Amino acid sequence: MPQPTETMDQPGGLSRRSVEVIVALCLIGLAGLVLYDSHGRGAGWDGGPQNGFFPARVGWIFLAASAYLLWKSVRRPPETFVTWWQLGQVARVLAPLVLFVALIAPLGLYVAAALFIIAFMLITGKARWWSVVLAAVLVPMACFWIFELQFRVPLPKGPLEAALGY
Amino acid sequence: MDDFSSLLSGFQVALSWHNVGFMALGVILGIVVGVLPGLGGPNGVAILLPLTFGMEPVSAIILLSSIYWGALFGGAITSILFNIPGEAWSVATTFDGYPMAVQGRAAEALTAAFTASFIGALSGVVLITFVAPLVAEFALRFGPAEFFAVFLLTFCSFVGMGRDNRGKIIAALCIGFLLAAVGLDSISGDLRMTFGSMELMRGFDFLVVVIGLFGIGEILLTAEEGLVFKGKHAKIDLKVVLRTWATLPRYWVTLLRSAIVGMWMGVTPGGAIAASFMGYGLAKRFSRRGAQFGKGEMEGVLAPETAAHAAGTSALLPMLALGIPGSATAAVLLGGLLVWGLQPGPMLFVEQKDFVWGLIASMYLGNLAGLVIVLATVPLFAAVMRIPFSFVAPVILIVCAIGAYTISNSVFDIWIMLAFGLVGYVFKKLDYPLAPMVLALVLGDRAEDAFRQALLGSGGSLEVFWANGLVGGLVVIAFVLLLWGPVTEGIARLRRSTSAEPAE
Repeated sequence: MPQPTETMDQPGGLSRRSVEVIVALCLIGLAGLVLYDSHGRGAGWDGGPQNGFFPARVGWIFLAASAYLLWKSVRRPPETFVTWWQLGQVARVLAPLVLFVALIAPLGLYVAAALFIIAFMLITGKARWWSVVLAAVLVPMACFWIFELQFRVPLPKGPLEAALGY
Repeated sequence: MDDFSSLLSGFQVALSWHNVGFMALGVILGIVVGVLPGLGGPNGVAILLPLTFGMEPVSAIILLSSIYWGALFGGAITSILFNIPGEAWSVATTFDGYPMAVQGRAAEALTAAFTASFIGALSGVVLITFVAPLVAEFALRFGPAEFFAVFLLTFCSFVGMGRDNRGKIIAALCIGFLLAAVGLDSISGDLRMTFGSMELMRGFDFLVVVIGLFGIGEILLTAEEGLVFKGKHAKIDLKVVLRTWATLPRYWVTLLRSAIVGMWMGVTPGGAIAASFMGYGLAKRFSRRGAQFGKGEMEGVLAPETAAHAAGTSALLPMLALGIPGSATAAVLLGGLLVWGLQPGPMLFVEQKDFVWGLIASMYLGNLAGLVIVLATVPLFAAVMRIPFSFVAPVILIVCAIGAYTISNSVFDIWIMLAFGLVGYVFKKLDYPLAPMVLALVLGDRAEDAFRQALLGSGGSLEVFWANGLVGGLVVIAFVLLLWGPVTEGIARLRRSTSAEPAE
């Protein structure tokens, strides 16, 4: 998997050309990883195609394609990939989201969702405090009603739900 | 007339009370999904798919395909009222739809768009009704080599149809294939590309990837724009609808042309987007009022909408008959078939008659229901767009996370979703196409199986791929499609440079 986070965190690296180059390099690295793994397990013929046979062939095409993309990306005219202001907007969504996902395992999805809504609305919106609290209480409760009670799909639960007897 | 009676019994299946209920529910959910940023057709279907695991397959696919119809309708609302194309294929709708809304003719534009969508979808369904059984019957003769050739054809046409970023299309396809290969190999029983990670043993579930790429990625893109939508108001009443309908027969040539373009492009994958632009371009070229296009001409709304929906619907034809989806949403629906224990492909028409014809009948009814519902509820959904982003976005993100989790009750999948959200954001900004990636991810295992079985049968000789006329023909068409674009462009460039030289 390419790691675009790195490409976005680099200061000054937000011309489109450098992002293209970094993504192409990630893809080349990925192709290398695939080829290493497939050929390591055997990509040849052993009474039939070995299990690395198909991935290895795709891997070679992938390597060629990403090398071509790298060559093309170097020759791009300069252009802005994302402005700092836009990146700030994205970060304001992304930061609470990462926090939310991180909190699901320890706290359970519902509590994490409530905290997520509070954090998100405080960071991005100019919402009044009571509407924030209302949303943070009602949305998880609605989710609980729909998924847990109606569809009987168990979602990750934490200490609070355990204390309430679920 | 065997098929006709099958279709009639299909209507009986689709018209049962609870299936009609699912249809209406699906259409409404679909419109919501189409209107809200970050929830598109593929993503909406992917999130709801796990909830249908316990349902009867017919009801489940009626619900999910109705979401698809609803999402198609919903895309037009945002393009016309907000100048934000909900889906890539509604981009061409904004050209004339938004100017009409600015002139205060939003209701007219919306009616035209919905009706055009309905006509387009209907022509697609008619095509499916008559052609899909024939294709399926024909495909019963296919062996692994032929199937691989059809897969090859699908992927080659993707690359050949792409305009200028073919390298990126190929890279996206490869990523899809390789992601599909991660995990347990079904033939040898070995683990591939897991690098010792327990979590990767299950491989990448395409639903998680779809929710990340389309859902999270889309929200991040929307966030970039500054988190506000500014839209036009619209209220549709019966008088406007009837008045607009009365003018439609005048445009029958445009409608017919777009429907044909759409059906043709829809059967080949990746067609809906190209179809909508082609429909628009052709209408502009041939219309007497072509010069007025882009300033709020109704024909400019009709043409792309009809083409896009004819294509979007026809995309289900190869999905049903061959097991090869023509669009990202069709790919997700195909994944659904596998989950419900149905084997997509030509045998479906033989073994699961009720299912297939129930689905086809529900396409007629679902589109009709969609048209009525969407006309009646436009103001409601336009109001949905006015809810502040700071409230809508976290709810969508929570729903995405729940969707990713419920697929296999794994918190790790939510992290994967997040990672693919970032990938989707960057890829979309860099014009890496996402649909081929999803398609390759869904089809990867089956393409690989077909390839390996074909080679096993031939003892490793590649000659199996031109052993008979059928497979050879398919492979030849695949390569023609692959090379068509580059070769014609090369010739055009050559001609331009030779004609430019004497002038110098």
